[in-house]
Amino acid sequence: MQWDWAFVAEITPTLLSGLKLTLLITLLSAMVAAALGLAFAIARRSPNRLVARPTGAFVEFIRGTPLLVQLYFIFYVLPDAGILLPPLVAGVIGMGLHYATYTAEVYRAGIENVPKGQWEAARATNLTMRQTWVHVVIPQAVPPMIPALANYLIAMFKETPLLSAITVLELMNQAKSVANSSYRYVEPMTLVGVFFLAMSLVSVVMLRWLERRYGRLGK
Amino acid sequence: MTAPIIRIDRLDKVFGTLKVLDGLSFDVMPGEKLALIGPSGSGKTTILRILMTLETISGGHIEVCGEQLYHMRRGDRELPADEAHLHHMRSHIGMVFQHFNLFPHKSVLDNITLAPVLTKGEPKAKAEARARELLEMVGLSDKAGAMPSQLSGGQKQRVAIARALALQPRIMLFDEVTSALDPELVEEVLLVMKRLAAETDMTMLLVTHEMGFAHEFADRVLFFDKGRIVEQGPPDQIFRNPTQERTQTFLRKIIAAGHRV
Repeated sequence: MQWDWAFVAEITPTLLSGLKLTLLITLLSAMVAAALGLAFAIARRSPNRLVARPTGAFVEFIRGTPLLVQLYFIFYVLPDAGILLPPLVAGVIGMGLHYATYTAEVYRAGIENVPKGQWEAARATNLTMRQTWVHVVIPQAVPPMIPALANYLIAMFKETPLLSAITVLELMNQAKSVANSSYRYVEPMTLVGVFFLAMSLVSVVMLRWLERRYGRLGK
Repeated sequence: MTAPIIRIDRLDKVFGTLKVLDGLSFDVMPGEKLALIGPSGSGKTTILRILMTLETISGGHIEVCGEQLYHMRRGDRELPADEAHLHHMRSHIGMVFQHFNLFPHKSVLDNITLAPVLTKGEPKAKAEARARELLEMVGLSDKAGAMPSQLSGGQKQRVAIARALALQPRIMLFDEVTSALDPELVEEVLLVMKRLAAETDMTMLLVTHEMGFAHEFADRVLFFDKGRIVEQGPPDQIFRNPTQERTQTFLRKIIAAGHRV
């Protein structure tokens, strides 16, 4: 096994373009997960059982099945039902949906952390349900959740190689294709590891900062 | 003769198997200052919470400002009130809580202006001008920009009173508003309430363990036990010459515990 620096230099631009796509997927999926998770959390708390129960069942279903299976389903099975999605879109939906079921739990804990007296004060000052969520509950519930949400962001980032299974040319898939055409695995796979490690280290530093800034949930 | 502003008619409230209010009936006249006293668990706080629509009722009727609180008429049928009706009815009523319940993420000024701006569509400038007047009235003009966490308990409670007043309710509910305060901070809150009672014709219902204050503040005192009114009358009568044995026992215990009457 020999390390070839010239080969590294040759493949780095390709891998960097994969890295760019990986970051883009992470960002978009995180946005989907953040928004959809909040919707799940609110729907599960709905006093209307016809909303709360099916949402709960759906969330448990998504969480109880592997992300890879869900990605296959969205990309390879949905076209049979006439829904044809480009790989990137399918990947973002799949990752976003999957992680939304986890962020929903974070939101749930954060929302329950808001004292009952706040809801009552909102009601006593005659705010509507919507105004209570927007002006009273969410602004108090979100800051303590930020470290936990950031944790899932890092987890999502490390799960992006799964999208290579549905032909998205993210970092891992670029590395595989380089490796398959050159029959050299050492450099591409090492670089993938190094890139992920570098990004993760940056994220961990960021996470520590967020934890100091906003504190931990349930503290 | 003027009509009562609140009519409570055979009100029941059940928590699980516990009957908290048992066929309770009483009227409150506009402008009346009412003190509700009694042992804990006697249902007095529950009455305030029901009037604020923070609880549901198990039976009976309540009329506020001439309209049913928990029911609405549709033709000749009576239906349970929907959220829109409750929202309309809540505009008559304001409440101050034992634990203040200020919005911790908003400044003192924003705590007071939030609801008028959102629920009444008041322009921000007008709501702020009124909030500053109210802060002056409760003696906190210099705290408009402060956050609730920077205030003492007594100051928080005075802001909470200003917040409730900002919506200009016709009825104010005070639920043990000094119980969570350090003894030396009680007086400043009571002073604000006395001034409020003297200067406005608002109807006020006060649940309290401060018998001295109830005596001074109220036009009428209602003594509760086990979800029923045991005895009611002018403060002098209730505190000086209670006729019911349960009232006498309760007041003796309160005095023994070191409270002034």
